[in-house]
Amino acid sequence: MRIKAQVAMVMHLDKCIGCHTCSVTCKNVWTNRPGTEYVWFNNVETRPGVGYPREWENTDRYKGGWVLRNGKLHLRAGGPLSKLANIFYNPNMADLNEFYEPWTYDFQHLHKRDKGESIPVARPRSMITGNFIDKPEWGPNWDDDLAGGSESVPNDPNVRKLQEHVKTEYEKTFMMYLPRICEHCLNPSCVASCPSGALYKRDEDGIVLVDQDACRGWRFCTNGCPYHKVYYNWNTHKAEKCNFCYPRTEAGLPTICSETCVGRIRYIGVVLYDADKVKAAASVEDPKDLYESQLSVFLDPFDPEIIEKAQEQGINSSWIQSAQESPVYKMAIKWKIALPLHPEYRTLPMVWYVPPLSPIMNHITNEQELSAEGYIPAVDQMRIPMEYLASLLTADDTTVIRKVLLKMAAMRVYMRSKTVGGVDAQKMTKLMDEASTTGEELEEMARLLAVAKYNERFVIPTGRREMNDDLYYKQGTCSIEDLAPPEGMTTYPFERSEHA
Amino acid sequence: MEVLFWWTIFPYICGTILIVATFYRFVYRGKSWTAPSTEIFEKKWLRVASVVFHYGIIFAFVGHVMGVLIPIEVYNALGVEDEVYHFFAIAGGGVAGLMVVIGLILMLIRKFLFPRVRVHTTGGAYFTIIWLLLVAGLGTYMTLIYNTTVGEYEYRLSIAPWFRSLFTFQPKSELMLGVPRLFKVHVICSFILFAAIPFTKLVHMFSFPLRYPVRAPQQFRSRNGYNKNNR
Repeated sequence: MRIKAQVAMVMHLDKCIGCHTCSVTCKNVWTNRPGTEYVWFNNVETRPGVGYPREWENTDRYKGGWVLRNGKLHLRAGGPLSKLANIFYNPNMADLNEFYEPWTYDFQHLHKRDKGESIPVARPRSMITGNFIDKPEWGPNWDDDLAGGSESVPNDPNVRKLQEHVKTEYEKTFMMYLPRICEHCLNPSCVASCPSGALYKRDEDGIVLVDQDACRGWRFCTNGCPYHKVYYNWNTHKAEKCNFCYPRTEAGLPTICSETCVGRIRYIGVVLYDADKVKAAASVEDPKDLYESQLSVFLDPFDPEIIEKAQEQGINSSWIQSAQESPVYKMAIKWKIALPLHPEYRTLPMVWYVPPLSPIMNHITNEQELSAEGYIPAVDQMRIPMEYLASLLTADDTTVIRKVLLKMAAMRVYMRSKTVGGVDAQKMTKLMDEASTTGEELEEMARLLAVAKYNERFVIPTGRREMNDDLYYKQGTCSIEDLAPPEGMTTYPFERSEHA
Repeated sequence: MEVLFWWTIFPYICGTILIVATFYRFVYRGKSWTAPSTEIFEKKWLRVASVVFHYGIIFAFVGHVMGVLIPIEVYNALGVEDEVYHFFAIAGGGVAGLMVVIGLILMLIRKFLFPRVRVHTTGGAYFTIIWLLLVAGLGTYMTLIYNTTVGEYEYRLSIAPWFRSLFTFQPKSELMLGVPRLFKVHVICSFILFAAIPFTKLVHMFSFPLRYPVRAPQQFRSRNGYNKNNR
């Protein structure tokens, strides 16, 4: 058993209001530089919609993630030998048009234009070529809030799957937001796609990073990641990606997207897993079993045997304690209300989503008059949102989604019965049975999902500096390598003169 | 004078620049060491240009190994007759040379044609393409036109032993005196190209990831190991 700790995130989609604050703060911290104007380590998509880059879920086109052939995992885009043969041109890579051509506005014109009849305007100007763009036709969040829905929505790969049998019912439109960052997968296909070995998973916290010294710009990672969350910086000619704000998490702080999230939808915590089980878990035959097999790699942080072994393998007690208090462990593993995004990619993603109940609840009129058990058919009848959510989160397995949604609905009714009353106890029990949950669990859930404070939502142990082999040597260095001398300050100038 | 400078001193100057500057760039300017792709800006032309050029230059490299690095004695010992050798050298070399030249011309047109690519093309990139075009153009002309019209030139008795003698630091420079002018220009341009490699994007050829097929697919590194695993 190889125990490793992973810093993971849960996003509670019901609470996402689609304000893009996470994207903007992330952008301002990490990607407001030449070469990365088009790059959003964090982005928020309106679903159904094509997403960013367009149709990133279209694995036939971008060939991201893993496939199972004869029981063995293979990169969908091809193994090392085929990559070396195709290294001069990557046929599956998205070009800038699939993201968008970034632009600014010619604001100087507003200041400098001579007096005239008309009002001066600031024309859009490409940040790639410097040329004016007469008519921008695609941009970040171009299809926000279903804008251009009739053109954009049918191209959503998840919708395309549904269309055959639910096209007409789609008139009952629904909408949800999907904030996305790098999944920091347990079985990352970007890492396996990198010919130079520049991408790696950090041993101590599982964050997936790109070594900027080792990256040679071969670009296989950009589409090797099925979530399309590795980007090509055209200025440095190297790959860049979400780094889970590691300078912040190492200091025990949440990522900037989580810190600034207005709806407080994000939770960060540590989970312990067995690295020896990852390959087998990613190799189960039926994609629908991937969710369960992914859950099977996690270890119980309360098990004394696990604690002992983890300590033996260098995971210190502050990390084990964090794993015990981890909101991610509770939501994803204990209560099973958070689901991985597209488990069928077989990367074992580590950003989990609590599916939204709102698309369903929006269709219920007079919820006050609905009896507790009335939620069961209400959930069941919402075929489209349920199948759509299943396509996103459970490899089309609607039974899992149904269970989670019923649990969320049960929590809603249970808490109403506690605070307002007027809920038939027998019918409440029937709903709870159907959702296979208990009153205590629902109360605990409601606490974490609705009222949890900063310290409960973000349980992040600080970086394990005691693992550095020479702390004295490293004093004075900055965690962001290359901004400070990597070898640290070993002698002060006055010491030098004293010795001389 | 010609013997002393062009065929004795000059190759060593170029070789020294190549080795020292490559080493310096790798160690001290490591973050600039990439294959600076513009695929994100334009894909259709690149698909043809890049693939044709790169496979062409690999064939051409193999051809030069066969013609310059492998001594003629080896061919004689193997019983490969001169006519046979030259037939395959002209045919194979011609195809490879044409691939390189066509690929380079397409790359150059692509740079002018697409504003996104043009804006992000540096002077160094233009120099690289144009100089490669010069070297490859001369080589292809020699292979296809000179060899078939003027006559097959047996460089395996002059240029090849001279080139190999450079590595033993006993340059047989006088061998180069009788070489046709066209071949001499090709050799000199090539050495300038060698010297230019560390200053251009051509350095990415030294990073061809041969280790990729044999390494483990998943890579773990501890934070502490950051500086231990640099390439």
